Amino acid sequence: MLKISNLQAGIEGKEILKGIDLEVKPGEVHAIMGPNGSGKSTLSSVIAGREDYEVNGGNIDFEGEDLLDLGPDERAHKGIFLSFQYPVEIPGVTVTNFIKTAINESRKAKGEEAMPANEMLKKMREKMSLLEIDNAFLSRSLNEGFSGGEKKRNEIFQMAMLEPKLAILDETDSGLDIDALRIVANGVNKLKSKNNAVIVITHYQRLLDYIVPDFVHVLYKGRIVKSGDKTLAHELEAKGYDWIKEERVEG
Amino acid sequence: MEALKDKLESSFLVFENELNGQALGEVHNRRKEAFERFVESGFPTKRHEEWKYTNLKPILKHDYRVFLSDDNTVDFSAIKKFFLSDTDTYKLVFIDGYYSSWLSETTHEKFDICTFSSMLTKYRDVAEKYFNKALPKEEALASVNTAFAKEGAFIRIKRNQTADKPVELIFITTDHGVETMSQPRNLVVVEENAEVSILERHQSLSSKPVLTNVATEIFALRDSRLNYYKIQNDVHTASLIDSTSVKQYANSSVTVGTFALGNKFVRNNLNFFLEEEYTQSYLDGITIIDEGQTVDHHTLVDHKVPNCYSDELYKGIYDANAHGVFNGKVMVHPHAQKTNAFQQNNNILLTDKASIDTKPQLEIYADDVKCSHGCTIGQLDDEALFYMQSRGIPEKEAKALLLYAFANDSLRNVKIPALRKKLNRQIANKLNVNLDFEL
Ligand SMILES: Nc1ncnc2c1ncn2[C@@H]1O[C@H](COP(=O)(O)OP(=O)(O)OP(=O)(O)O)[C@@H](O)[C@H]1O
Ligand SMILES: [Mg+2]
Repeated sequence: MLKISNLQAGIEGKEILKGIDLEVKPGEVHAIMGPNGSGKSTLSSVIAGREDYEVNGGNIDFEGEDLLDLGPDERAHKGIFLSFQYPVEIPGVTVTNFIKTAINESRKAKGEEAMPANEMLKKMREKMSLLEIDNAFLSRSLNEGFSGGEKKRNEIFQMAMLEPKLAILDETDSGLDIDALRIVANGVNKLKSKNNAVIVITHYQRLLDYIVPDFVHVLYKGRIVKSGDKTLAHELEAKGYDWIKEERVEG
Repeated sequence: MEALKDKLESSFLVFENELNGQALGEVHNRRKEAFERFVESGFPTKRHEEWKYTNLKPILKHDYRVFLSDDNTVDFSAIKKFFLSDTDTYKLVFIDGYYSSWLSETTHEKFDICTFSSMLTKYRDVAEKYFNKALPKEEALASVNTAFAKEGAFIRIKRNQTADKPVELIFITTDHGVETMSQPRNLVVVEENAEVSILERHQSLSSKPVLTNVATEIFALRDSRLNYYKIQNDVHTASLIDSTSVKQYANSSVTVGTFALGNKFVRNNLNFFLEEEYTQSYLDGITIIDEGQTVDHHTLVDHKVPNCYSDELYKGIYDANAHGVFNGKVMVHPHAQKTNAFQQNNNILLTDKASIDTKPQLEIYADDVKCSHGCTIGQLDDEALFYMQSRGIPEKEAKALLLYAFANDSLRNVKIPALRKKLNRQIANKLNVNLDFEL
């Protein structure tokens, strides 16, 4: 589904990603961990198509197509979704109107008709109950004045509505209280199928108790320095990153 | 400019001659006074404090024909699009300055919705009481209008009456093969505890430059409620200078919405004089302009007495080399305690060549007041654009949606659903986007 080879990217002449290789197959869950500033959000932004970053080498293939040729909206139409570490506030655009526009623009791009209003409403209700979101939420301006946790829950609500093939969750757990974490994680699990895939970026094992990864990768200074199964996350939780950094130095 | 001034001076004599018996009396004295003030002052130049951001010269350089013939007729089908659709309204339609009874729908029953000229002849007392009693004497363009005041709308909603339908004022200039100027004059009196909503538009059907110098006086008496909306979305050869003065009396509530989406040039002089206590005033404005366009909003809210509330919100979006001006003066006099006065002006410049001169002017001489103002000039938020694109919304639509949302809260006081819809559509059109919902 997603195949990243030797990806190098940076911003304003600063090198951040120094050769990333990562392959994600349908049905898989990958976790990416790593110290602050190691490049996790950069990687997710580059996959989503943020133009501020310069790609200096390597490529990203998504279902046989070169992603780097596509704009962020086109990538979304192909089924890529990024849950932002810091969701943006958009005053004056309600959650409903935003989601409606997003869904219908995707459909338009695929040559489909706009989703009928009643179908849209039904789907919204369904996903809202899945994520235990209050009705009043829909008529508020997108993310404006939302609490940290509400923003994250709203990201997953959008994901549920857009039904992407590949979802990248950038620290979706940060800001969520214990109950919300469970609800959101359950939501993600319910949306999971053998045809889609998730990349979970997190600092904590806790989220991975709910969304169980098939693979865990450690990103450090712009490189994936270690990969393993879910036990790697436990090991990191217990020992921190120092031993990996040391291995790196020795290696 | 001088040529036009000379022309207006000689035209005034012709105008007086043609008034016949009406060139006498109090009303005409006021015209003459105004004319003399204009002769004295001439047109304002950039040396005038109130005109330093806007150059009238290119607008006044044309050899406008000042008196138009009533030879041209207009079919309803040609101007249907300027009216509200699906809404029953009273209509006052003027073609080249002449009232068109054929296209209008008036009434004299519980209220007067008729012409300024018939007010002058039928209701001399009203004319004497209100004519030129609200417009400031020092505004030259208002003075020119006053000098030639003859035709336009007269709306009087009598005590305790609520107009059952909105009123549409439509001023059409047709093609005369030459540059033309028109000077409609409107008087609105909303009596005690009366209520009405009014919509005003000026549209040119001419291929030549058109200048409209309109003046409107509004008196909102005790406990009255008035919504007055202006759609300024004319063709790019049309210029508009609008002088509007509102006098508010105790406990009245007045909204003036000015939606500037077109024209080559627009200057709005909007004055609110708060004469008695406990009034509410709302001044809302949107400017969305593009290549070669200028819109200048000058507003004054004059808090002369205590306990009044005013709230002003102007938004602007400027593309290409468009130029905007916002000059918002709020004056709080020494004894106007417990004044609440709010002003906000937010602008987005879409290019490096677009520009806005914004000047909030708060002069507060009372100490127990709540006043605030804010003004911003910014670009579109890149973070927000990427966020929207990453959810599948293409850049063009994402930009439009952001701008739409930005401008939209200036429609907060538009109470006529058909007008809201029309404005929403016009804004979407201006932003070159097709959105399938209203915000
Ligand atoms: N716009 C930018 N301008 C300059 N430097 C940047 C920019 N964006 C990211 N960086 C730098 O790139 C490096 C990687 O940042 P990134 O946000 O990808 O880290 P991260 O792994 O997501 O960290 P965290 O765990 O704190 O979220 C950091 O050193 C950061 O300061
Ligand atoms: Mg990050």
